[in-house]
Order: sequence, then C-alpha cells, then structure tokens
Amino acid sequence: MISLAGRDILHGWGKFVFTGMGLGLLIGVTLVMAGVYRGMVDDGKALLDNSGADLWVVQRDTLGPYAESSSVHDDVYRGLLGVRGVARAANITYLTMQVRKGTQDVRAMVVGIAAGQPGQVPGWPPYLVAGRQITRAHYEAVADIAAGFRIGDRLGIRRNHYTVVGLTRRMVSSSGDPMVFIPLKDAQEAQFLKDNDAIWQGRRRTEANPALNRPGVPGLLDAVLASQSTNPYVNAVLVTLAPGYAPDEVAESIRRWQRLTVYTRAQMEGILVGKLIATSARQIGMFLVILAVVSAAIVAFIIYTLTMDKIREIAVLKLIGTRNRTIAAMILQQAVALGLIGFVVGKITATFSAPFFPKYVLLVPADTIAGFAAVMIICVLASLVSIRLALRVDPAEAIGG
Amino acid sequence: MRALRRHGRSIALIAIIVPLLVVFAYVAMRSGPLAPVKVTVVRVQEGTVSPALFGIGTVEARHTYRVGPTLAGRVRRVEVQVGDRVSAGQVLGEMDAVDLSDRIRAQDAALKRARAGVREAEARQAFAQAQSRRYDKLSALQAASEEVAITRRQEREIAEAGLVAAREELARVQSERAALVAQLDNLKLVAPVDGVVTLREAEPGTTVVAGQAVVELIDPSSLWINLRLDQVGAGELARDLEAAIVLRSRSEAPLPGRVLRVEPRADAVTEELLAKVVFDRRPEPMPPLGELAEVTVALPPAPAAVVVPNAALRREAGEVGVWQVKEERLHFVPLKLGAADLDGRVQVRAGLTAGEEIVLYSERALSSGSRIDVVSTLPGAHR
Repeated sequence: MISLAGRDILHGWGKFVFTGMGLGLLIGVTLVMAGVYRGMVDDGKALLDNSGADLWVVQRDTLGPYAESSSVHDDVYRGLLGVRGVARAANITYLTMQVRKGTQDVRAMVVGIAAGQPGQVPGWPPYLVAGRQITRAHYEAVADIAAGFRIGDRLGIRRNHYTVVGLTRRMVSSSGDPMVFIPLKDAQEAQFLKDNDAIWQGRRRTEANPALNRPGVPGLLDAVLASQSTNPYVNAVLVTLAPGYAPDEVAESIRRWQRLTVYTRAQMEGILVGKLIATSARQIGMFLVILAVVSAAIVAFIIYTLTMDKIREIAVLKLIGTRNRTIAAMILQQAVALGLIGFVVGKITATFSAPFFPKYVLLVPADTIAGFAAVMIICVLASLVSIRLALRVDPAEAIGG
Repeated sequence: MRALRRHGRSIALIAIIVPLLVVFAYVAMRSGPLAPVKVTVVRVQEGTVSPALFGIGTVEARHTYRVGPTLAGRVRRVEVQVGDRVSAGQVLGEMDAVDLSDRIRAQDAALKRARAGVREAEARQAFAQAQSRRYDKLSALQAASEEVAITRRQEREIAEAGLVAAREELARVQSERAALVAQLDNLKLVAPVDGVVTLREAEPGTTVVAGQAVVELIDPSSLWINLRLDQVGAGELARDLEAAIVLRSRSEAPLPGRVLRVEPRADAVTEELLAKVVFDRRPEPMPPLGELAEVTVALPPAPAAVVVPNAALRREAGEVGVWQVKEERLHFVPLKLGAADLDGRVQVRAGLTAGEEIVLYSERALSSGSRIDVVSTLPGAHR
C-alpha cells in the first residue's frame, strides 16, 4: 500500500520542509521563552546554592540580604558561633554596582567574602573554571565568566584596583548580574566608604560644628573625624549547621536569643522566587502563554492552508472512490510530520541560541517533553478541523470550478 | 524518468531530515542537565610551598615629637616651615613673654639694691668692729666703762647679722632673677633631635594651651610601616622575617624590609594582628606619613609534601577535600591541609598521594554521580 501522505510530501517537499522549519523557529522561540523563565528561577537558586549557607542571619525585620538591604555589625558572627548547632558563621557583603575595567564598566554584584581557606568559609565560590581562589587579604578578585573579565585583568571597584586571579561560572545575583568576589575588608570599604570629595566635605562640616571643634580640647576633632570613617557593618552572616541539627530549631534559637532575623534555605527560596522575581517571572510567564497560544494558532492555520491547497486533489481522490479513512490519515500524518520537523528544528535552534542570551536560559528536559506533547496535540487538533473540511468536500469540485 | 525524479526528491528530503535528526540527538544528549560536566584534571605532585602573609599598613614614624609650650600662652614667632630639616637644639619658635622682660628688669633693679644693701651692711659691720675693738682696749686700760664696751660688742654682733641678712637677700634676688631668665628660655621652642618638620599647627598670635603642639617633628630615619594582617593564618608571623613593601605611590618596585616586631596587642575589633615593618634602606624621597603600603611577609618554606591547587578544594558533607578521578568516576577525598602560599598552592597533610588525578576546574558543582568529560580548558576560560 502506498503512503498517500508520503507521496504528497514528496510532491511538494520544498514547501513542506520550509514550512516545517518556519514552524520550528516559532517553537524554538517558545522553548527559549520557557528557558528564560526557568533561568530566572535558577538564578535565584544558584545564588543560594553558591553561598553554601544553611541559615542567613540578617538585620532584624528585614528581608535581607538579597531582597532588601540589611546591615548587621561585623562582630555579630562571634555571638552566633556560640549558639548550639552552629558549625561555621561568616560575614558577607553584597553590593550591586558598576565594576570598571579600563574605559568600560560591567554591572556586577560585588561579594565580600571573609578571610580563610576555600571550603572552610561559607560564601566562597564553590568551584572555579580557571585561575585560583583568593589568597591575599586585599586587592584580589574572582569574577564570574559572564562578566567578560580575564585572569590578570585589573578591575576598579570604588577607590581600589583588584587583580582578577580566578574565574567562576554561574555565580550570579538573583537578577542575573555576574558576581565579583573580593576580600571582605575591601568590600566593606567599597560599600561604606564615601568618595574623596564626600569625605573632605564631611570633614569640613564637622570642623564647622562648634560642638565638635572646641578650641580648649585639642584632639577632639581628630577623634570625631576618625570615628566617622569606620565601617563595622556587613550585610548578612552566613551560617552552616553542625550535623544533626534542624535548621528551624537553630534559627528559632538565634531569633530568640540574638534578636536577629534568620532565614532558612526554604524561606530564602520563598523570598527570592516568591517576592524578588515574582513580578518579572509572571511577566515572562504571561508572555510564554501568549506565545504558546499564537504558535498554536499559526500551526493550525498552516495545516488548514496546506489542506485547502490540496482541496482539488482531495476531491479527485473522493471521485475515484478513496475511502474517507485514507484521506483523514493522510492529513493527520502530514500534520504530525510537520509538527515533528518543527519540534526538532525548534529544539535545535533553542539549544544553540540559548548561550547567546545575556541572561541565563535554562532548557529543562521536562519543558522539552511538555513542549513536544503540546506541539503534537496542537497538530492533531488542527488537523481534525482540516479533516472535517476535507471530508465534506464535494467530489464534483474536482471537475467543476 | 518520473521515477527517477521522485527518487531524487526522496534523496533531497532524506538529506535534510537525517542531519536534522543527528543534530537533534546530539543536542538532546550533549546539552542541558543530561550532558556530562566538563572538567579539567591535574595530577597531584610533591612540592614545597613558600607560604607568605599579605597585609596592608600605613607609613608611620617611630618617634614623633610634638613641641609646644609648658604653660598656656600666645605664640610670638614660629621660625620653621613644614618640610624644613632641623638639627637638635635649633630654636623653632618662641612664645610671647608678655611681662617677663619687665619683671627681669625689676629683678635687675632689686639686685642692685640688694648689692647696695650688702655694701651698707659691710660698712656698718666694719665700723662696729672697729669701735668694738677700740672700747675693748680702753676697757682693758680702765679708761672706759665696762658697760660701754659691752654695748659696742653688741652693736658689732648686730652689724654682723645685718651683713649676713643682706648677703642672703642678694642671693635670693639673684636666684629669683635666674628663675625668670630660665622661664624666658623655656618660652623658646627647641628641637629635641635632628628631624623634619611635619606640622606647623599654630601661627604667631595664636593662643595655645599647655601641652598643645605648635610644631611637630619626626625623625626621618625612624620610618616604619604599621602593618595590619588578618588574624586567620597569621600564626607564624615573627620578628626578623623578610618583607617586601609596595608603596601605593611607587607600585612598580617593591622595597625590601623586615619585621621589626609583632605587637603583643592585636586589634580586637578589626580582628587583625599588628606588626611593625622597617625598611632595609631608607627610601628616597621620604614617603609621606600615612601612605598606604602593601606588605608581603615571607614565612619560612614548609617541608616538601603533596601539593594541590586551592581551586581544586571543595566542600562536601561538611568536609574539605578534592574530587579524585579514578577510571572516569569521581570519588570525594577529604583532606587534612597544611601550609598554603599566595599563589594558591596548598599542602596536603593526609588524604592524597602524588600521582593521583584530581578535578581542578569544573563547569558545575560536582556530585559522586556526575558524568564527567575531561577537557584541557573549559569553554570561555581563555577567551
């Protein structure tokens, strides 16, 4: 038995293949859009994974350090180390800013990590793709590869210059900005120390204040000025737990006795995914739905048009007594074949175009499978309409009109 | 003919469909979460590490001399400018004497008066002595009464006492004048050592309180770096270790130096150890006080042992270690670590032997179930 569908496809194969490819690009865009959404969520999770923390201790009644600004004294961690169940506690600062390299600048999240050995202190980049980890207590940086820096580059962060000694990957903030890790003391300075003009103006203001600049008390002014340029703050304390302790219990104990706000991993994920990227994620989700609907409509139209193009041939088939089932099978097979080509092309274009997007695009196998199922269902549904039309065609049309 | 054409169409269709399927299969297998993790491996080697400590500090002077008056007063003149080199004993300035010169002149007059008083007392004493001697002789010849002789003797003793009093008064007035002159000298601001003027804090006419500095001097040969080092890993810091000092203004060439002492008091707030580092040779021109300096202190080299790069260190289940590659499979090996140097090489005390392969860089976090694809460099790492 000859395959009517195959013969028909062969008859106009160029048109068929190119229609399939066009459809594929549309499906590819839909898959990428789903990937963008997954990427956003994954950025948030990557941020939490990379910090290596079980608990985040932040300023009281804030959603810090990622969703809101938070500052705690940099000696709070000593008290936390005394809490039962806490294995390690380390200060950390986060500051999203423009990092200069030569004449250009890159938006990055500057992370200040506490001194120590890699693996021993939470907050350090857990793996590298090139170079080495920070060994000096000042003026070295490990940058995410997405920032476009190379090993040996000199970065300008506020008043100091940093040498890139290592590169890492997928270390991003919740909004997808690449991270630049620098030693904590430098980061505290970058975050809290003002520019030179502001410092000079601050000094002049203090000098003009008669209460702080008293002629009879030499040294008072110097003491006041010195106290103005200290920065004993960090944004959060990352805590890891000793084995056998439940995060919620330890968090409750810190909340109760240290009077600070503490988030567990689950709560932090809720904040990041549910609050920080909620609106933009919904925006992307909305766009994804619209794109899916448009794609479905276009697939349906294409199959409908392909059938309409063949309406005279179908009438001839009917005239020579072809069974309805054969005609229906031909249309269905063509629709499914079109869908298959479209899906394959879509998946390939999505995969190869994903790395070129400025933000992370995560193509999840589950999404791909769901996309495949959706394409097939849409093709079948669209072909049903065409089949109904084809079966109702009058064989007389083959001769007339 | 027609069959041939149809055949040609089939081939064209296959020529498009088949590569498409091949690419699809490749895409499905080699990308996304199913793909193997690209890693680079390194063979563990024996070696020595030369540990070093890195910290920052500021240029300070060991001795700072703040020269000022001992009593409150008004500055009369300041003779030196900031940057001037001065020698020990040089007069730097002077406080206003106000009425001190007048008081010294008054003391001069009092001195003359006291000297006159002494002369008067001497005259009285000489006369009284002569009289006393005369009446003693007359009294011995019975030519004068005993009573008169005794009176003359008493007058002589009074005159002698008066002379002593007048002399002491002269000494008192002399000392008082000397005290005022000393006070006048004390108003001079004198350099205690050879040095350089770093501050001129008060101009002539300014009133300063006792103890406030008018001029500040430093000894340029006593410059040192007040070095701050993070307490983590700084346990081996000791005196006489070699140091390389890079001044922020002269970052091209490090200057040699050494650790003079480690301060017995650490900074509890900043969690830093403090140490003093001196230059081997005095840098010329003199670096300004307060300039930032980066100091690398070389620690004694550790004995040879297995060395791993610090980029290979990972943390799994609460332990620090490395991923070992054995027959294309990953095993996590917990390590005991020793000394580390500033180039990122870390000594291993236990857990690894030389020659074993470990994962150095990886594209993603690894787990023991990860499939790996060993490459020479990771994509994007050397663009």
